[in-house]
Amino acid sequence: MLKLENLYMTVDGDNGTGREIIRGLNLEFERGKIYAITGPNGGGKTSIAKLVMGIFKPNSGQIYLNDEEITNLSISERAHRGIIYAFQQPPRFKGLTIEDLIKIARPGIDQLALRGTMRDVGLCPEDYLLRDVGPGLSGGEMKRVEIAQVLARSAEVTIFDEPEAGVDLWTIQKLIGILYSKFKDNPDSITIIITHNENILRICDEIIVIQNGLVQARGTREEIWHLIKDDVECKMKEQCGELLTYEI
Amino acid sequence: MKFDNLSLELLNTISDLTKIPEGAANIRLDGEAVIRNSSENVTITPREDGQGFIMEVKPGTRETVHVPVLLTKTGLQETVANTFIIGENSDITIIAGCGIHNPSHADSRHDGVHEFIIRPGARLKYIEKHYGQGQGKGKKIFNPTTKISLQIGASAEMEMTQIKGVDDTFRSTIAYIEDKASLKIVERLMTDGDQEAKSDVQLNIIGRGGSGQILSRSVARDKSIQVFRAALVGRVECTGHVECDSIIMDNARISSIPELVAEDSEAVLTHEAAIGKIAGEQLVKLMSLGLTEQEAVDVILDGFLR
Ligand SMILES: Nc1ncnc2c1ncn2[C@@H]1O[C@H](COP(=O)(O)OP(=O)(O)O)[C@@H](O)[C@H]1O
Ligand SMILES: [Mg+2]
Repeated sequence: MLKLENLYMTVDGDNGTGREIIRGLNLEFERGKIYAITGPNGGGKTSIAKLVMGIFKPNSGQIYLNDEEITNLSISERAHRGIIYAFQQPPRFKGLTIEDLIKIARPGIDQLALRGTMRDVGLCPEDYLLRDVGPGLSGGEMKRVEIAQVLARSAEVTIFDEPEAGVDLWTIQKLIGILYSKFKDNPDSITIIITHNENILRICDEIIVIQNGLVQARGTREEIWHLIKDDVECKMKEQCGELLTYEI
Repeated sequence: MKFDNLSLELLNTISDLTKIPEGAANIRLDGEAVIRNSSENVTITPREDGQGFIMEVKPGTRETVHVPVLLTKTGLQETVANTFIIGENSDITIIAGCGIHNPSHADSRHDGVHEFIIRPGARLKYIEKHYGQGQGKGKKIFNPTTKISLQIGASAEMEMTQIKGVDDTFRSTIAYIEDKASLKIVERLMTDGDQEAKSDVQLNIIGRGGSGQILSRSVARDKSIQVFRAALVGRVECTGHVECDSIIMDNARISSIPELVAEDSEAVLTHEAAIGKIAGEQLVKLMSLGLTEQEAVDVILDGFLR
């Protein structure tokens, strides 16, 4: 179980004053479930992921993983405890190839598994294995590389931050299939997907709506669809150029 | 000729050699050519003063040639001039490089003057690594001067790397590029401690359809200082590009000075220069994959200088 207890976090705001972006957050995540975190831009979704990974430190509050307090552990220590985060905007590296990064994510991975993971995210290994994760990749390609690392690593807590952003529809559909088969009802993993994509929401067991640094609502898709419908449809429209509707 | 372990280790670092190479080769150890082998199509003859050689490659030759230099005696200072004449339509790889081991308090210095004459249609790949080791206060100094002339339709790619341990370097490179010839210079440099590195590259494109490229990647750590001047001169219709990209750390100082000179309205010359520290996001990303901060820095720098 991953538990966030009474977390507060402040960032530097305008004119030198602190701005509170997480305001007393309490959340629990159980193994065997896929969670969606959704809600408006700037609500604090990415900040929550970074707090769990250790990239951000809370001003107060605690984080526990399986009853161990990890609030003061470094990023690498948390990685070794089994937490992995797929960045919303992954950084570029001049001179490092896609193969290098996946091998860092999963030391000792064999070629077959490496290539398989790349295909899972729609990167043909023949074309991409030795490509630099540098300025030559598009935003969508960067997202796929990011997701490939996270899939290759195989952790206890896996957090994806808008995996759909910039990725074409065909790849999203394929990715959803992979997320489903890897994480759905997997008793060993806690999966958290920050998303605005309706099809991703459909494979999640629970949806958490975050706004103003707080949980606004939490429940199954049916229970809270009325709250998020506009936001999701609007995002889908941005991505697809037209409104796609699915039966619930 | 038998090398001691120290020389073999240096040789391996600068040229990946684990034994004496087959084919044409010139290995200079402590001021003397200890191996000088010509092959059927590549002849290496000593200069009259003994300080250097002239290598002549027959037209149409395809071969790899090794010409490493090793300095293991303390306080040795030398100036060596080598000339490489690459015959028409040949395709040659030259693996050079210089390793200094200096455990003492006296400076060791190797000044190499290399001249390349690349005949029409020939292709050259030149790889040079500079490396210094030894704990004493004596400096390890390299001052390479390189002159390149590329004749019609010739092409060359020159990779020059200063791996580590070089205290002081001033490299000066000047090239003349004729019709439809092309030259790409790739420089990689890392300095730390109190090291200083200066590099002056000037490519003169004097023939129509010629092209020149300078790509420089460097990392400066601690209190080290780097100064790059990269100049492209387009006298005629031609293309050229300069790219200087540096990572700065600690209290280092880097000056990057690209210069473009066009003397013809059909000359297309571009430059990009960037200096910056390692981005926090890069470190955080690699740490989230389980690396420590120090490991993350090393991975980023190794990749950048690869
Ligand atoms: N490093 C930071 N420094 C300053 N403000 C930040 C930083 N990271 C996030 N914020 C602010 O915190 C708020 C929440 O951001 P974020 O967690 O990225 O939201 P979301 O992912 O829900 O869009 C936003 O107002 C954002 O501008
Ligand atoms: Mg976000």
